[in-house]
Amino acid sequence: MKKIFTLFLNLAGLGIFSLLAQENTENNSGQITGNFQTDAQYYIEDQSIGATAVKEYMLVNSWANFIYSNQNFSAGFRYEGYMNTLLGYPNSGGINDGIGIPFRWAMFSKDDLEITVGNFYEQFGNGLVLRSYEEKMLGIDNALDGFRIKYQLHKGINLTGLIAKQRYYWNHGPGIIRGFDGTIQINEVFQSLEESSLRLNIGGSFVSKFQHEDHPLYNLPDNVAAMSGRIMIRYKNFDINSEYAYKFNDPSLDNSYIFKPGQALLINTSYAKKGLGIVLSTKWVDNMAFRSDRNASLTDLNINQLPEITKNHIYVLPAFYPYATQPNGEWGAKAEIMYKIPKNTLLGGKYGTNVSLNYSRAHDIKKTQINDSTPVFPPASGTYGYNTKFFSIGDKLYFQDINFEISKKWSKKILSNFSYVYLIYNYDVLRGITGHGNVYAHIGIVDMTYKFENSSALKTEIQHMFTKQDEGSWVLGMIEYSLPGWFFTVFDNWNYGNPESKKHYYSIGFGHISGGTRIQLSYGKQRAGVMCIGGVCRNVPASNGVFVSISSTF
Amino acid sequence: MNKIILSLSLVIFALSMFAQDVPAVQLKDLNGKTVNTKSIINNNGKPVLISFFATWCKPCIKELNAFNENYDDWKEETGVRIIAISTDNSRSSNSVGPFVKSKGWEFDVYLDENGDFKRAMNVGEVPHTFLLDGKGKIVWQHKTYLDGDENKTFDVIKKVSKGQPIK
Repeated sequence: MKKIFTLFLNLAGLGIFSLLAQENTENNSGQITGNFQTDAQYYIEDQSIGATAVKEYMLVNSWANFIYSNQNFSAGFRYEGYMNTLLGYPNSGGINDGIGIPFRWAMFSKDDLEITVGNFYEQFGNGLVLRSYEEKMLGIDNALDGFRIKYQLHKGINLTGLIAKQRYYWNHGPGIIRGFDGTIQINEVFQSLEESSLRLNIGGSFVSKFQHEDHPLYNLPDNVAAMSGRIMIRYKNFDINSEYAYKFNDPSLDNSYIFKPGQALLINTSYAKKGLGIVLSTKWVDNMAFRSDRNASLTDLNINQLPEITKNHIYVLPAFYPYATQPNGEWGAKAEIMYKIPKNTLLGGKYGTNVSLNYSRAHDIKKTQINDSTPVFPPASGTYGYNTKFFSIGDKLYFQDINFEISKKWSKKILSNFSYVYLIYNYDVLRGITGHGNVYAHIGIVDMTYKFENSSALKTEIQHMFTKQDEGSWVLGMIEYSLPGWFFTVFDNWNYGNPESKKHYYSIGFGHISGGTRIQLSYGKQRAGVMCIGGVCRNVPASNGVFVSISSTF
Repeated sequence: MNKIILSLSLVIFALSMFAQDVPAVQLKDLNGKTVNTKSIINNNGKPVLISFFATWCKPCIKELNAFNENYDDWKEETGVRIIAISTDNSRSSNSVGPFVKSKGWEFDVYLDENGDFKRAMNVGEVPHTFLLDGKGKIVWQHKTYLDGDENKTFDVIKKVSKGQPIK
């Protein structure tokens, strides 16, 4: 059997080469594309920062995707290997260690129909009731595994139906997920409205999960449904985008097994014209954790994702204290103004100057007792839990962020970026501990780039964070020199305000990029903290050692 | 087993020798309208530059600013069309329109909210840029952005627009 398979593969290879040899051959044998990445770290014990060594000396996360496509058919798989999993990725009890093909799929599309079998990712609306996605740098992959059908009923009317189980490391979670989503783009449906300056989209989703469990105390629902409705209205430069979601009672580890239904509302409004963008957003969430296993926790088996509306900070110091949605109850609001001061004005200079101001705030919601004997917190398992009024705002502050940024190009050679950030971070709520209190942090950042004639450049960053709480104040300096295809970086992050010991976290590294391939090598220390991408976070332990990353797209 | 791996590599290598097509994936434009990738890459026989970015990604913004400053000259000389694909998820996807307008970017921007196009193009991290020739075939790609990389990008666009080999 193996021999026949090998022979078949060889013939296939030869066949393709012979096709290549013919000039102007129509490419009817399909194409294979893919990518590869490996991240390896060699760990060195360093008691001064709390970094540990590992028995394996070195840990490696790797994966490769292969996609074959030929006209209306495509199929692919992802080979993954964690030998063993890098520290700080979800890997409780070694559950993520191993090698295998956890992701494989085939898809067929013809005219208005698209059918996917196997693994896939999907998002309904803003993700309030269903979002399946992967974020490799966080170790998150809640891929669905099952069947999905997408059908365009009419121009502007799209339907999606799916039934699937969810990836749980190398296995599946216990629940079955059934989902349906429909969107109607009014201006597409009616040809007469195609050029209208008023645009209207509406959509709705229904998601149901099934998980049977014989609980000794409670009569848990086998089926839990969630639904949402959304609308987008755009008139000229104005835009409103809103979604409301409701979830039937879903006792789970997240909500301490209470029988209260959940709700979420998200409203985004914006105004945009050339040189100016204004965004106002608000959201309200109550008891909206939704997983395909009611006993799951952390980043496991989430069916939905409740997006943050706070700014996603990328500079190192403001990213120390990132916000994460509190699915058990939160209110949030954001206002953002982005403006380009025009060219050839006093403040705009020759190239124009970009300024932005961003403010966001998050609070708890008002919860009241269901009766005198039942406390609101911790919620009493097996009861309704608590009462709350829709869109009520509590007194407890979870997070606040005021930030201001100026980007200016001084000449063809000099670019700069100045930022100021003031954060209030409710450490107890956001890290799930008690007795730490709020962190108040002022951060200033100066980021300068000098471009040389020969496409090389020198980039420097100075960041300073002033705070009396947590580990105290920090200062960070970074220098990066780059020339085509290469970069070299040196940085030091100095925790000079730490009352216990003033620690340096330095790092030195270089990288090479050639087309779709990138190789990076660095040596240094990393602070213990929280790393967040797209609103989801993981704890990163302190580390000291050599880090190598190789990635390639082909 | 080794033979199978060797043979499989042969097939993959042989197939990857072809210039690649852009996969058909649904995106949203900034008006909320669904569009297919196949319909947006047409540029009347001229090259198309596709750049994956996110509003929170500093090197991406630098790269797209550099493209925008040169766009008029590049268009005049080569007829190139630039398309930017936002990989922002629903945390920031609603801000992409206002963000792009405030920057004054002249090129078309599309939303790839759940990363469908990103995955189909095998993009790991942003920024990642692809160049399509006049027939819509992917002939060149570049990961990351280092200051000054736009010079190299333009050299390649010029060659492709003239039908010259890239190397």
